[in-house]
Amino acid sequence: MSSHTETPLEYKSQQSQMNILGFWIFLGAEIVLFSTLFASYFVLEHNTAGGPAGQDIFVLKDVLIETFLLLTSSFTSGLAIHAMRNHDKKGLLTWMIVTLLLGAGFLYFEINEFLHFIHEGATIQTSGFTAGLFTLLGTHGAHVTFGIIWISLLLVQLVRRGITEKTSSKLFIASLYWHFLDVVWIFIFTFVYLKGMVI
Amino acid sequence: MSAKSNHFPWNLLIGFLLSIALTLLAVFVKFYTDFSSLVILWIIGAFAIFQALIQLFMFMHVTEGKEGVINIVNIVYSVFLALVIVFGSIWVLTSGHAAH
Repeated sequence: MSSHTETPLEYKSQQSQMNILGFWIFLGAEIVLFSTLFASYFVLEHNTAGGPAGQDIFVLKDVLIETFLLLTSSFTSGLAIHAMRNHDKKGLLTWMIVTLLLGAGFLYFEINEFLHFIHEGATIQTSGFTAGLFTLLGTHGAHVTFGIIWISLLLVQLVRRGITEKTSSKLFIASLYWHFLDVVWIFIFTFVYLKGMVI
Repeated sequence: MSAKSNHFPWNLLIGFLLSIALTLLAVFVKFYTDFSSLVILWIIGAFAIFQALIQLFMFMHVTEGKEGVINIVNIVYSVFLALVIVFGSIWVLTSGHAAH
């Protein structure tokens, strides 16, 4: 935050600054939204109603693949913004596309995981545990899906208009959203999967 | 926050490598140590919080921009609400109040 350096393009106009601040406030609301879903899950996790528990259906290998895909995509979206600040449109576009592909890979594994859960007899209606689990994971997965659609549309704008005050501000905000989804996943990985598995 | 940061993005790479290391460490602590499950939960929980801070500061640059202080206050307040909701719900709904 040193004052002698040039302000990045996405912070240039007052409107962009307010948009970015507004998005941070929205992320605060998202933290609270996910906290309610985590709270429900923690309260319900032992109520398996004779159905499978976490230790019966969670597969460490699948979870680690999902985790590394999302972790890497958060890193590549950071590289995309780094390229944007160097006014490197090609780099920005390339790293954002890599980010989207990793995000799509995450969704592919998550959907397969859901199918595996259902195959093991754990649907959203099975028990309090599965209802809490599917709601929490599903809400996160829906956010990832929305993020992929949103960033894809922003990339169309980027190709047409180049790196401008407006497109840079929009892409920066989208990158904040993407990093945030990784933050949520870290807590899902730790407090849902690792906590729920036994040795 | 320089606009022309042509140098190699070391903070991103370090943050990424730390995140991977913390993820693998959490798996190691969970499956290959003999701590009690409560101790394990505290350790992997600390790793998760550390990873979230890496994302916030090294990837999202939460303190950047003119509103850096507002961002911090906003996020700290949201985290406070989240903790109240999570621990409050667990406390109210699992400590036997319903039986009375």
